[in-house]
Formats: sequence, structure tokens, C-alpha cells
Amino acid sequence: MVCETWNDKLDAYLDGELPAGEERALGEHLQGCAACAAESLSRVQLKRAVHDAGQRFTPDPAFRARIQKNIVAKQPAHWSRFWLPVLATAMVLLIAGAITLRVNSVRRGEQQLVSELADLHVATLASSNPVDVVSTERHTVKPWFAGKIPFTFNLPELKDSPFVLMGAKVSYLNQSPGAELIFSVRQHRISVFIFQERALGSLRADDAARSGLSFNVRSWSHDGLQYFVIGDASAQDLDKLSELLKAAA
Amino acid sequence: MTAAWFTLVCVSEESLLSGSFEQLAMPHFERLYNFACWLTHDRQEAEDLVQETYAKALKGFSSFQQGTNFRAWIYKILRNAFLTSRTGLKVTATVPLDLEGDEENLPKIRETPESILLQRSDRELVQKALEQLPVAYREVLLLCEVEEMSYQEISATLSIPMGTVMSRLSRARRALRTSVQTAQVQKMQGA
Repeated sequence: MVCETWNDKLDAYLDGELPAGEERALGEHLQGCAACAAESLSRVQLKRAVHDAGQRFTPDPAFRARIQKNIVAKQPAHWSRFWLPVLATAMVLLIAGAITLRVNSVRRGEQQLVSELADLHVATLASSNPVDVVSTERHTVKPWFAGKIPFTFNLPELKDSPFVLMGAKVSYLNQSPGAELIFSVRQHRISVFIFQERALGSLRADDAARSGLSFNVRSWSHDGLQYFVIGDASAQDLDKLSELLKAAA
Repeated sequence: MTAAWFTLVCVSEESLLSGSFEQLAMPHFERLYNFACWLTHDRQEAEDLVQETYAKALKGFSSFQQGTNFRAWIYKILRNAFLTSRTGLKVTATVPLDLEGDEENLPKIRETPESILLQRSDRELVQKALEQLPVAYREVLLLCEVEEMSYQEISATLSIPMGTVMSRLSRARRALRTSVQTAQVQKMQGA
């Protein structure tokens, strides 16, 4: 008969799960107790028998190969899952780069346009004949352009303003004819350029206030025409003249 | 730049993980298959179970905590897959998984240690006895004796407390001994 004290602990002892103190004590007990030793032997035999009998089924090598292949095959999916953020990041960077390039391109186009207009403005002021039609009368200047440019425009009434119309001339930008009107405000000269939008091509200009080469520039589009106001007058003066022109258009 | 660097770090870590999955999982393949066969009693079903286990383990490998017990983790996946399989559901519907307190259904053991001194030829007899055990007893015995898992590993694999592991093992052994004894007696009488 197995000792009651140790009966419940025999399995844990044989499984190597008994605390060190109890393991030692039970080991000593087994040396002196034939019944517990016989029971222990019986259980060990059963453990061994189950260990041997339990290792019964062996998989087909082809099945193993199939599982291994599946793991390897799924790794590209795994790979793509984790490379997706990389690709997404790369795409974002590319798009950001493209936007930056586009913005830079637009900025370059605008700078080029301001530069061209400044050249025209300076060339006009430097000329001994700055205007082809000398007149302060808008009803003289506007008809003068008839047949010279492929569009028409309205000029504002300047009677109650500080601006004086000095005259006008045909100007060219991007090989297209347009109107250049010269205004004066105090000692400053202001050029107003009017071109067809379609004639500007890559020389784009949005409605904006900008400055370049020490000149203030205002631009807007209306009814297929692009207006540019450029001069060394103050920004406020350019804004006032722009408002008058917009109102007249 | 920071986002790209972070992503690259994540990628290299995950690549490392996916690479190590095969190294960690494949050494258990034969034993998992053996365990699956014992659970299902059907080789084809065992193959399906193992295949499902590896697919689930690979998919959830990122959630596996490195440094913890991979063997217990993958055995747990296999066991859960079995419990939700057609055979598993059928087995658990007819035989409760939790057999604790089911003393009445356990056969009484005759205290005659000599009667279960086993011979090599008794291997088949033990196998049959194992087959006939309720799945809850069979799995705990196999994990302990065949897989040589510690009580703690068995506890993690079966999601049961350590005390339950010990009591279930004890009952499983008693049930097996009785079954083997009965078979031995029948064998002797037949001879």
C-alpha cells in the first residue's frame, strides 16, 4: 500500500516538478519504502510506455515540403505588407517632390514674367519716345489701339485720382501684341500692360500682388485679358490704380 | 526623412521576424503533426489542422512576444484550431473538456502495481488505451509524456491553471492505467 503522505506527490516527483525540499524527502522515503518504490516503478514504466507509444505518427516528407513552401511563399506577401509603407512613403516623397518642382516651375515662370515686364517698363521709361500716342485723354488712347492689337479694353476716369494718363504704345510679350499704358503718380511712372491670357503661354500669372527687381507688381485677369501694373510707385498707389482699372473693365 | 527611416527600421525588424518564423516553427513540425493525429484520429484531418496552424501562426507571428515560449504558443494555436474544427466541436459536444470533479466516471484502480508492468509488446495496447481516453486527458498526457512539457508550459498551452494541470494529469494517468489493466487482463484471458 502506497503511503498516503506521498501518494499525491509521486506524479509531480516523477515529472520533476516537486520543490527541491520535498523531492529530497520523497527520494529518501523511496529508498526505505518498498510499496512506494514499487508504485513509483510502475508509474515510471507507464510514463515511458506513453512516451514511446505517443510517438506514433510521422508526417509525409511531401507534406513537410508543402508547409515549408507555403511559409516561404507567404513571405513575399508578408514582405509586401511591410514594404507597403515604404512604397507609400516613397510615393508621398515623389508627389511632394513633383509638387515642389511644379511650384518652383510656376515660381520661375512668374519670376520670368515679372522680369520681362520690368524690362519692358524700364525700356519704355528709358526711351526717348516712351509712348506712341501721347494723350491724357482716355477717349483718344483707347481708339488709337484699334487695328493694332487683337482686343479692346476700357480705361478709367482719372479726374478725381492722383493718376495721370501719359500715353500708350503697343508692346510685345511672348511674341504677342498687347497694350502698354503709361500713368504717372507724382514723380513715379507706372506701366499697365494688357495682354490676352492665351498669348502668355507658359508665362503664367495668378491674381496676386508681388514685387521684384524693386518694382511693385499687381496682376489679375478679366474676361480673357491679363492685366499687369508695374512701377516703382508705392504698393498703395498700385492698388488704387488697379482698383480703378478693374472698375472700368 | 524621419518617416522613411522609421519605416525602414520597421521593415528590417519584420523581415527578421518573418525569417525567424521558419527557424522557430519548423523544428516542431513532426511533433505538431503527431499531436494533431492524436487529437483528430485522422491523418488527412491532422494535415489540414497542421496547415491551418502554420498559416495562423505565420499570420499572427507579429503578435508573438519574442522571448516567450514559442512551443506553447504554437501548440495553443493548434489546439484552438482543433477545438473549432468539425471534429473538435463534435468531440467537445459529446465529452466535456473540463473533466475535473468527474470522479464517478473514472474507473477504480486496483492497487496491484505488478499488473501493469509493461512489456515492449504492450505498445499497441497503450496506444489503444490512449486513443480511448477523453480528449482532455489524452492531450494533457501527450503534452507531458511525449512533448515533455513542464506543468507551466502545459498550463500556457491549454490555458488552464497549474493546479488543474496536476489534477487532470493525475486523473488521466489513473484512467490510462485502468484501461491498460483491463486490456492486459483481456489479453491474458484471450491467450
